[in-house]
Amino acid sequence: MTDTAATERHIPDRLSRPGVRLLRSWEALLLIVAVLIFTANSFASPYFLDAWNLSDATFNFTEKAMIGFAMALLIVSGEIDLSVAAIIALASTAMGAAVQAGAGTPELLAIGLGVGLLCGTFNAVFVTVLGLPSIVVTIGTMSLFRGLSSIVLGDQAYGGYPADFAWFGQGYVWWVFSVELVLFALLAVGFGALLHLTNFGRAVYAIGNNQTAALFSGIRVRRVKFLLFLMTGLMSGLAAICLTSRLGSTRPTIALGWELEVVTMVVLGGVNILGGSGTIPGVVIAAFVMGLVTFGLGLLNVPGIVMQVFIGLLLIGVIALPRLWSRIGARRR
Amino acid sequence: MSILKKTVAAMATAATMVAGAAHAEDVRIALVVKALGIGFFEAAAKGAEEAAKELGDVEIIYTGPTDTTAEGQIEVINALIAQKVDAIAISANDADALVPALKKAMDRGIKVISWDSGVAEAGRMAHLNPSSNALIGNMIIKLAADHMPDGGEVAILSASATATNQNIWIDEMMKVMDNYPGIKVVATVYGDDLADKSYREAQGLMQSYPDLKAIIAPTSVGIVAAAQAVADAGKIGQINVTGLGLPSEMAGAIESGASKSFAIWNPIDLGYSATMMAYDLVKGAEGGPGATLDMGRMGEITLDEHGDGAMADPFVYDKSNIEEFKSIF
Repeated sequence: MTDTAATERHIPDRLSRPGVRLLRSWEALLLIVAVLIFTANSFASPYFLDAWNLSDATFNFTEKAMIGFAMALLIVSGEIDLSVAAIIALASTAMGAAVQAGAGTPELLAIGLGVGLLCGTFNAVFVTVLGLPSIVVTIGTMSLFRGLSSIVLGDQAYGGYPADFAWFGQGYVWWVFSVELVLFALLAVGFGALLHLTNFGRAVYAIGNNQTAALFSGIRVRRVKFLLFLMTGLMSGLAAICLTSRLGSTRPTIALGWELEVVTMVVLGGVNILGGSGTIPGVVIAAFVMGLVTFGLGLLNVPGIVMQVFIGLLLIGVIALPRLWSRIGARRR
Repeated sequence: MSILKKTVAAMATAATMVAGAAHAEDVRIALVVKALGIGFFEAAAKGAEEAAKELGDVEIIYTGPTDTTAEGQIEVINALIAQKVDAIAISANDADALVPALKKAMDRGIKVISWDSGVAEAGRMAHLNPSSNALIGNMIIKLAADHMPDGGEVAILSASATATNQNIWIDEMMKVMDNYPGIKVVATVYGDDLADKSYREAQGLMQSYPDLKAIIAPTSVGIVAAAQAVADAGKIGQINVTGLGLPSEMAGAIESGASKSFAIWNPIDLGYSATMMAYDLVKGAEGGPGATLDMGRMGEITLDEHGDGAMADPFVYDKSNIEEFKSIF
């Protein structure tokens, strides 16, 4: 991978105009894909263009995207967290146990976010204090967190959540705009601002591009990474609240396999899996692309297994296309 | 770019034509399963297609998530609501989690039933159980009695002593023992649904009761272990192992003769009956407690006070049909 990084970082004689750069960007390509999918879906199924149906479709990605934003920052910094889905399971189990003990909605929110934060801290300590590779640590905690949930629940389920708790996953703020969709939008703006407008965001990019150089430039690398793991844990806790509220029930298999869907979303959004580049708008568009594809195929009753094939092809296609493009461009020169 | 656009437009048009080719007046019934790619559910889909062929104006949409999760099924349900299908017949991954989504479906005029694995009462109009506890209890003793014309001793190899299902079935069996004169239950032992423990318990039974004619195991783990123990002891033909088991796991025991027959629900009949019930609801029948629905060749089903109903006796598998079913589930 080092040789391609070298070719990517050539310094042009002059930068192309901002408008041209925007058009050539990953986000523009993704947006075109999103529009194409939207158009194809509208033609393919007469039920697609319906405000309520589209609103229902957003639930396919809002919770995953909440985690995706934090995950994007983490991956830009060169780390990864594969335990996010397991954190959802553990946080949801803790909330379920609290309900049995008589907890109300405010306590449930605190427990959901608290467990997420704790799990994030656990990961962060192993990665930043002990210096272990994050992929290994979080594969371990993935089994650990979900394992704990399985031990507590077995083949049972927690239910009986308070009625007002359902608002987070089933409520609507205004017309077709669900609570989850509004949360998704607010978080997109928040994380976008954090990554693209603050010193903290610049530090994340710097660490992802060259950790040693970042350290010698006075960036407190370990502290930044620690905070990123906390954020990912916290967002997993928030996703656990939304998903549990939407389902009204907790099982150890809750959110099974979501870690890979979140990573897929982030990578499809143009974040370099090796760190150093990527944007939040890219992840937002990728969330819509994945949601539209699964919903559109669902309307055509395409089986889930075939749907996964589509998502896989989409991911490989979108990632390979720009690389092919630049190869062809380079040959012509 | 223009080529790409044309391709997309062509694909979209083709898809619209395919969608339009289905008869507009067809009743569309969605058979939603726990996860795709499971033999049991593929067989149920076969039964649903059989019902559709019999009814004539039914289109079956066989679908489900890739993992057995509730959130995966909710995505599927949302897509089905959006398409305005006429009925949803679902085997649920979570009895409670699907209630909000299915309530929404019913609000929009979609008929909802659950089958195999049920949805809580608020989320469906009827639930189809493959069988009932009383029918199962009667079936397991009948299977043993059928091969004991002169009566004799039988023993029960159950799961754990606290296993709710097995205890209910054994209780139901005891209630009908008067109908099988000459047959005596000499012992009930527990293999805890562990293969090795069940095997040892079966060995123990054979040693303690030398005149034993049959071992009844109402658990899929126990029945396989007991058949193995009987075969290993060289008592094939002397002791018949029967009860509830899976055709794929019991095929060997049936071929060797260690088990003459056993029972379990028939997934094909289950998919068939679920489709028939959904169709009946679409055509105006009322669901809910006390209602009676039509199940075609399987007869009629009457729902109890919870809106649950039982389809039939467990289906008997023996030498005549094991080949057909062992590859299904």
